[in-house]
Amino acid sequence: MAENQKQNYLTHPKGIMSWVLTLDHKRIGLMYLFGGIIFFFLGGLLALGMRLELAAPGNDFMSNDTYNNVYTLHGAIMIFLFIIPAIPGALGNILLPLMLGAKDVAFPRLNLASFYLYTLGALFTLYTIVSGGVDTGWTFYTPYSTTSTSNVIPMTMGIFIIGFSSILTGLNFIATIHKMRIPGLTWYKLPLFVWALYGTSLVQITATPVIAITMVLLILERLLGIGIFDPALGGDPVLYQHFFWFYSHPAVYIMILPAFGIISEIIPVHSRKKIWGYKFIAFSTLSIAFIGFLVWGHHMFTSGQSVFSQIVFSFITYFVGIPTGVKIFSWILTMYRGQVSFTPPMLYALSFLFLFTIGGLTGIFLGAVALDIHLHDTYFVVAHFHYVMQGGTIIAFLGGLHHWWPKSMGTMYNQTVANICCLGVFLGFNGTFFPQFLLGLRGMPRRYATYDPQYADLHNYSSFWSAILGLSIFIAIMNLLWSLRKNNKLDPGTNPWGAMTLEWTHTTSPPHPHNFEEEPVLEHGPYDYDKVIVEPTFKK
Amino acid sequence: MSHDNSSPSFLQHHFHDVKQQYETSKLGMWAFILTEVLTFGGLFVAYVVYRSWYPEMFINANLLLDVNKGLLNTVVLITSSLTMALAIWAIQKKNKNLSLVMLILTFILAFMFLGIKYLEYSHKFEVGQLPGEYYSYMGPEIAHINNPHIFFSIYFMMTGLHGLHVAIGMGLIGWLIYATAKGNLHSKYYTPMEMIGIFWHLVDLIWIYLFPLFYLIG
Repeated sequence: MAENQKQNYLTHPKGIMSWVLTLDHKRIGLMYLFGGIIFFFLGGLLALGMRLELAAPGNDFMSNDTYNNVYTLHGAIMIFLFIIPAIPGALGNILLPLMLGAKDVAFPRLNLASFYLYTLGALFTLYTIVSGGVDTGWTFYTPYSTTSTSNVIPMTMGIFIIGFSSILTGLNFIATIHKMRIPGLTWYKLPLFVWALYGTSLVQITATPVIAITMVLLILERLLGIGIFDPALGGDPVLYQHFFWFYSHPAVYIMILPAFGIISEIIPVHSRKKIWGYKFIAFSTLSIAFIGFLVWGHHMFTSGQSVFSQIVFSFITYFVGIPTGVKIFSWILTMYRGQVSFTPPMLYALSFLFLFTIGGLTGIFLGAVALDIHLHDTYFVVAHFHYVMQGGTIIAFLGGLHHWWPKSMGTMYNQTVANICCLGVFLGFNGTFFPQFLLGLRGMPRRYATYDPQYADLHNYSSFWSAILGLSIFIAIMNLLWSLRKNNKLDPGTNPWGAMTLEWTHTTSPPHPHNFEEEPVLEHGPYDYDKVIVEPTFKK
Repeated sequence: MSHDNSSPSFLQHHFHDVKQQYETSKLGMWAFILTEVLTFGGLFVAYVVYRSWYPEMFINANLLLDVNKGLLNTVVLITSSLTMALAIWAIQKKNKNLSLVMLILTFILAFMFLGIKYLEYSHKFEVGQLPGEYYSYMGPEIAHINNPHIFFSIYFMMTGLHGLHVAIGMGLIGWLIYATAKGNLHSKYYTPMEMIGIFWHLVDLIWIYLFPLFYLIG
């Protein structure tokens, strides 16, 4: 038995094949994490390349064509290969069964299949890069995407395949959340991260099939000239935009909902206080998922849609602000009179609150038709999008990574370095993207390699801070990896934050290969800091 | 942590009992069916958009389809849904041989469907009633009508994707025949047959919509 307690999923069983063919959700999650971080770096390098080019007005480092390729690949890689799969695929996979007290997800083989589909899609993307790139922008708007001579087909094929990976993960999680909970773990006792994954999964299985068929239509349009999107053949290129955004707007919530879930876990634990408004947070997740399907037209205010559609889409767009506001205020009220400790996960969560609020509020600007027509396709959109996606999702992802790192790897990183990096990310991020709001308001259009000298100061400033942002993220990740060095293992009973969800209270760090020595018995809710005392333990 | 020896061999290690495993599979399958409906949904939307743009063209191009073959295929596919349901009923009643016969009948009917579809497709290829740029047919039915190729783009996309599903279904039914013959599926465990049955009924149901939308709008 003593020998058995030392076993954990990282070391048992051994051998390459035990990883390649593993059905263990924790190992699959780690492989997703590894893949995601590789593409995060690749996408990040492309972003830094763009900022380098934009530091000065002329064509200094790359031609216009190269620049077109770089921003397309940056967008496609970051969205389809990192942001969408990273939180559900990596953290979701590792944590979901643990939080439910289950031995695994509902369909372990399907889970492995999702990972390999992701890998296959990634290979298509890499092929796109080495064979000359693609220059359409990550949205692949027709008619340019059907006439461009760049490699549209391998890239869209990759997105099609990754789409299936995403669908299967969503399907797996839904079945897992419904059917794999231990007795007594009712819906209102679930950790909010599980609710977030549930909302995300619902969107994944209902929206992603539409992008899959859209990508097929686009590929066939290029291969066979079927004419659906080609005005010369009686087709309608704007129909492509409708199809694309019918998926891609809900996809924004596929990207942000899991981040909300992470924040809902970090804040109560590091404030040592019961979450405020549990049911409000849970149901706001579902209502965001629902409203997300009704607002795609706000991406198309300048596409020639009718004024009536514009007003309706604009009106519904504002509704997204309600559940989002409910969440933000609930998190703030959770911290109120709590014992807030400034650990790395908490600093990321606080950064998230600040940055995501800016991202969310500027989204309201863009949802207003009159203002959007002025700001459409300017850097204001770029800044808004990055405040939501990087300031929101990626910051939350980094926070979650720091929060669950001791759990999933059994080691503790240097917390001081992590805190400094978090500060660097926060400052670097604001320094990079806040000037872009101003650039956009002054009329700087997105997707240009060169610009008028009047924009030079702000661009230069943005480029300077982007280097600090990139460096901070790089050191933060290296700091995590450095903790994996020899003789740095934590005691298996470690619960450094004093969290009370099942993955912390009922299994070792790193967890047992079958998750729990024996099936856990639920003793308290996920945030019952008012009823039970769980002391933080931190031993080497 | 694993099950003791009294548990049936088909129970996977991470489930408590057979009921949990069965209900999980069923939920997963229905979620998958939802994704299928939405995949076809995109194409149905394309159909609706272009039919409302070019109503006359749709009616005229519709005359080029062979209603009899379409009707025959409808009968074939509905019958195959019946035989699929009977196969599940038979295995519930512990009648392995009847179940096998029904599965084989389903397989044959699926093959017939694709055969008839092949005849239809090859005729269209011969006369040039093809999608988009490849369209070349200039018969009297579509004289003075613009963009008939759009009709055939959508026709080939939708029936093609449906045909692909029939072919995948044949593969799955083939596997069911093998698994049933070998005795892996029996009255206590026939979940895969039930799940593939659900899939097969969906394939049937989609055709029930495709048939009137393409063949009967004239």
